[in-house]
Amino acid sequence: MSQSISLNTWSDALSGFNLGWFPLGLVIVAAVPLVFIALYALTYGVYGERKISAFMQDRLGPMEVGPWGLLQTLADILKLLQKEDIVPTAADKFLFVIGPLIMFVGSFLAFVVLPFGPAFIGADLNVGLFYAVGIVALEVVGILASGWGSNNKWALYGAVRSVAQIVSYEIPASIALLCGAMMAGTLSMQQFCVAQSGPYGFMHYYLFSNPIAWLPFLIYFIASLAETNRAPFDIPEAESELVAGFFTEYSGMKFAMFFLAEYGSMFMVSGIISIVFLGGWASPLPNIGSFALNTMTSGPAWGAFWIIMKGFFFIFVQMWLRWTLPRLRVDQLMYLCWKVLTPFAFVAFVLTAVWEIYK
Amino acid sequence: MSEYFSNIKIGATTIATGMAITFRHFLNAVKRKGDAGIDDADYFKQVDGLCTLQYPREVVPTPTIGRYRLYNDIEDCIGCCQCERACPVECITIETIKTTADDLAACGKTSGGQQKRFWVPVFDIDVAKCMTCGICVSVCPTDCLVHSPVADFSEFDVKNMMYHYGNLSKIEAEAKKRKLDEEKAAKEKAAAEAIARGEAPAAKPKPAPGPMPEGGQAGE
Repeated sequence: MSQSISLNTWSDALSGFNLGWFPLGLVIVAAVPLVFIALYALTYGVYGERKISAFMQDRLGPMEVGPWGLLQTLADILKLLQKEDIVPTAADKFLFVIGPLIMFVGSFLAFVVLPFGPAFIGADLNVGLFYAVGIVALEVVGILASGWGSNNKWALYGAVRSVAQIVSYEIPASIALLCGAMMAGTLSMQQFCVAQSGPYGFMHYYLFSNPIAWLPFLIYFIASLAETNRAPFDIPEAESELVAGFFTEYSGMKFAMFFLAEYGSMFMVSGIISIVFLGGWASPLPNIGSFALNTMTSGPAWGAFWIIMKGFFFIFVQMWLRWTLPRLRVDQLMYLCWKVLTPFAFVAFVLTAVWEIYK
Repeated sequence: MSEYFSNIKIGATTIATGMAITFRHFLNAVKRKGDAGIDDADYFKQVDGLCTLQYPREVVPTPTIGRYRLYNDIEDCIGCCQCERACPVECITIETIKTTADDLAACGKTSGGQQKRFWVPVFDIDVAKCMTCGICVSVCPTDCLVHSPVADFSEFDVKNMMYHYGNLSKIEAEAKKRKLDEEKAAKEKAAAEAIARGEAPAAKPKPAPGPMPEGGQAGE
């Protein structure tokens, strides 16, 4: 907080830009995260995951469409667009259609408070973190709607498991984030980053400057895996047991929306963890003597670069874990949540409080 | 309580071990796994690196002693039909026409110097039926029927699995047949005239015991 950083300059300027009565600037502000999700899910999410998983298993991954299979995702999208959009006769039509929409909107709404650098944020709410945690829970409604509306036993089981899992893991995740909020003394996502930026780069990050922060960091990371239904907590869509879980009956673009929502929330939780514990858009490079590396790598564009890179790093770790660990059983999942993560989250909470009072 | 903490410890260490293994494989994905076969001593030492073969462009070479698609070198084929009779699944179809005396030079000799006495207008191998047992190859007297190293010969139409090796077109075969018939008719006529002139009919040459005059395997 030493140097004065002019926050939200780009998004403020954009939001004041109207075309006659039409608030074009606001639409652009909303479109930026949407375009970002689509592009990142297209490139890093689908192609990157396939390549990373292939390399970890000594395979090559997609190689046929374009050089090194780079156009594979485009071919997949073309296929998804051409597919028939099937609504089963026995399905509850309303819930079936509304499910993927709620899920995608829920994952997309959280991007409102995600700062893409110091100059751009959808809305710098003073309760940003609280909003993000709360709005992501909206996805549960979408999952339950699509699972119930499909009128399919696999889908229903997947939805029930998913809801049980997400609701349970909200608790350790929220307590872990609360530790971060105690360290920063704020809930605003921009202020988190401001509090962790400084001339010594990564030394200002809570993960490195606070001796307790690793515990809530780890707890939130594990809980976020469960909240995004990623392996090893992917029991709601366990292929070997439930076909595809709650989206068994979906095809075409509705299916693609589940994918987009999943990749959207993957980036969202990675963004949250990097903002709360790793400084968000703050540059990790320190100033070394007169060589002002930190000052050089700070700024609106650099900030966007850093937060996206940090998010991508955590997505890589998520993929890395996915291709390493087998799936947990339902009871193991609940054991881990209620008997391991939650008590440890409380311990971390108390320790952080003590540290913040007496440091 | 101690079990609770030891479980957590085991969980953390095993996850770390597993992630180290996958990350090592991820880093080694720039390398190719070696080409050592199962016979080589260091086969089990080459565990890291990509092992995908991009099939149509890269193939494992077929072993030299392998039995794959049949190939018939019709230039060396004497039309003895032994392979046709030996085939357990009847995938070889052969039609032959005896060469007339004046055509023997045109029919030519095999690479082993043996005079060919049959035209082979039809030599069809249905490789879809062929079970690559290799019996036909073992009975072939001139070694013209062999297993080639071609292993991938899939087709969209099963008709294309019929391989034609005959050395005469239909029209040529027709002509040769007529020529043979004419020669036979002329011979019969000559024989009939000889009988009419009161000469004894020419004794037919008895089949020679032992190897055929041309050499090669004994006919049945």
